[in-house]
Amino acid sequence: MGFFRKKEKEIKPHKQIDIQREIKKAEKDESLWIKCSSCQELLYRKEVERNLHVCPKCYYHFPVSTETRISLIFEKNSFVELYGKIRPVDFLKFKDTKPYKARLIETQESTKRLDAMVCGKGKIKDIEVYAAIFDFSFMGGSLGSVVGEKVTRILEDGTREKKPVLVFCASGGARMQEGIMSLMQMSKVSGAIYRLKSLGIPYITVLTDPTLGGVTASMGMLGDIIIAEPKAMIGFAGPRVIKDTIKEELPSGFQRAEFLLEHGMIDMILPRKELKQGIYRILSLIL
Amino acid sequence: MRYYLDFEKKLEQYERRLTEIKKFYDVNDPHYAKEVDSITRRIAKIEKEVYGELTNWQKSQISRHLNRPHTLDYINALFTDFTELHGDRRFKDDTALIGGFARFEGTGVAVIGHQKGKDVREMAYRNFGMAHPEGYRKALRVMDMADRWGKPIITFIDTPGAFPGIGAEERGQAEAIASCIFFMFSLNVPVITIVIGEGGSGGALAIGVGNRVLMLEHATYSVISPEGCAAILWRDGTKGPIAAEALKPTSDELLKLGVIDEIIKEPFGGAHRNWDVTFTNTKDTLSRNLKALMGIPGEELKKQRYEKFRNMGIFEEGKS
Ligand SMILES: [Zn+2]
Repeated sequence: MGFFRKKEKEIKPHKQIDIQREIKKAEKDESLWIKCSSCQELLYRKEVERNLHVCPKCYYHFPVSTETRISLIFEKNSFVELYGKIRPVDFLKFKDTKPYKARLIETQESTKRLDAMVCGKGKIKDIEVYAAIFDFSFMGGSLGSVVGEKVTRILEDGTREKKPVLVFCASGGARMQEGIMSLMQMSKVSGAIYRLKSLGIPYITVLTDPTLGGVTASMGMLGDIIIAEPKAMIGFAGPRVIKDTIKEELPSGFQRAEFLLEHGMIDMILPRKELKQGIYRILSLIL
Repeated sequence: MRYYLDFEKKLEQYERRLTEIKKFYDVNDPHYAKEVDSITRRIAKIEKEVYGELTNWQKSQISRHLNRPHTLDYINALFTDFTELHGDRRFKDDTALIGGFARFEGTGVAVIGHQKGKDVREMAYRNFGMAHPEGYRKALRVMDMADRWGKPIITFIDTPGAFPGIGAEERGQAEAIASCIFFMFSLNVPVITIVIGEGGSGGALAIGVGNRVLMLEHATYSVISPEGCAAILWRDGTKGPIAAEALKPTSDELLKLGVIDEIIKEPFGGAHRNWDVTFTNTKDTLSRNLKALMGIPGEELKKQRYEKFRNMGIFEEGKS
């Protein structure tokens, strides 16, 4: 009974938010209108984009591309991507309904990315930081060898250069197609976080919709300071697995950012438009 | 109570008869001696058929066989003076994950492990070996003491995974697991992990950051159970056998990948067929590994542990 037993389509339990579909809609579909997956309202795409991909009616924060995330957080042209040439390998020759190898090639073509993460160095106003940003559109932001290696390198960079490290999470959990090696990434990354923290360097995580499974249970919840976006689903087990196990309806708002804040699991919820300023204020207070 | 997995069922009638004879009749009586002899040979032959070439799915089933020794069985067989410590000092005592101090070949050590049950009542009491956040926080507490008091830590992995429930989420299952993993990188004492049965995802890894990771021959260790994987990737939970082949959660595969350091040989057919042999092999392997780690300075142990896990991952790097 694993905790990664959700599929991307099952991430949203009570509200009918189909993130996978949203991403496709938001990033591929060129139509003028977009339907909010939270309140079902039909919205003018340009308006949503202007509103930092936040539903003006219900405040749902749509998942954003890594490019958008970078432009929202870092000073213009300050972000330098690092380790962009690390690519995944199908070392288990894993095949489900499709071979992992074929899945990778397909996803790499459609996303123009080698794996589910972008790492780099950038500036938030005048503060230089290292950052790792999950790309949920690449196999649900799943944690495999490439993601693990990239986050680890960024953490090691921060440790060496004595610069804060930020991780923006958006992930369904481990990448099953890499079997046990995906699980080992949790420990690998946590080890690197241990070294960074031992030197007193701040480590901040931003949990966005959704952050689940092995990502939450390693780099996500290890943040010195943990910030979440409004309504983001954050948890260890996926809601479907929990429901199937306990055979009960889940309380409303369960595993949403607001629920975690109430239970003392995160430090704050910052709406997207205040995120950069919020991170900056924290960093300027503690550095 | 003896349990038989579906593919082991062929053995059942013969083994039952053998037990019956030994229990109720005089095996020195030539009539029964002859029968015992014939049944024993029969069993040996069937054993070869049944266990000769185990599939990954069969190994997954053996790894969670009800008759397989669990953590407390190993503790009773390999350690003395086990003193269990209870509670996380925050919320409750988690019976699915136990910990305390004991002696191994005279040396004081900390012992931590998931605990499953043998029968329905015990299984429920142990929550099927699925810990809540409190279990991991108790484990962390024991590890912290061991570290401060310079005691080696031995962990036993045997869980389907951390419990997926409302309370577990409310009280920070993810945080508890992450903190346990994180904390294990800070330890200045030798840490040896033994995967004895089912190594299920993050709930297993939480106590699995060892300087040495040993694994019983028919244990499994995986990111997700075959059934769970099948439910997601094939959208059909009954496709567990296919998922087990794809996930390759077996000891020989994990050794090849460098995830484990050594395989502990099991008696033919699996640990449940002969506990004593299993304990002897485990004790020897544990003893040798512990001796190798004792005397290594704390900083060095920490560094070794970091590098061991740092190097896990398979990828390519080059021109894109
Ligand atoms: Zn809306």
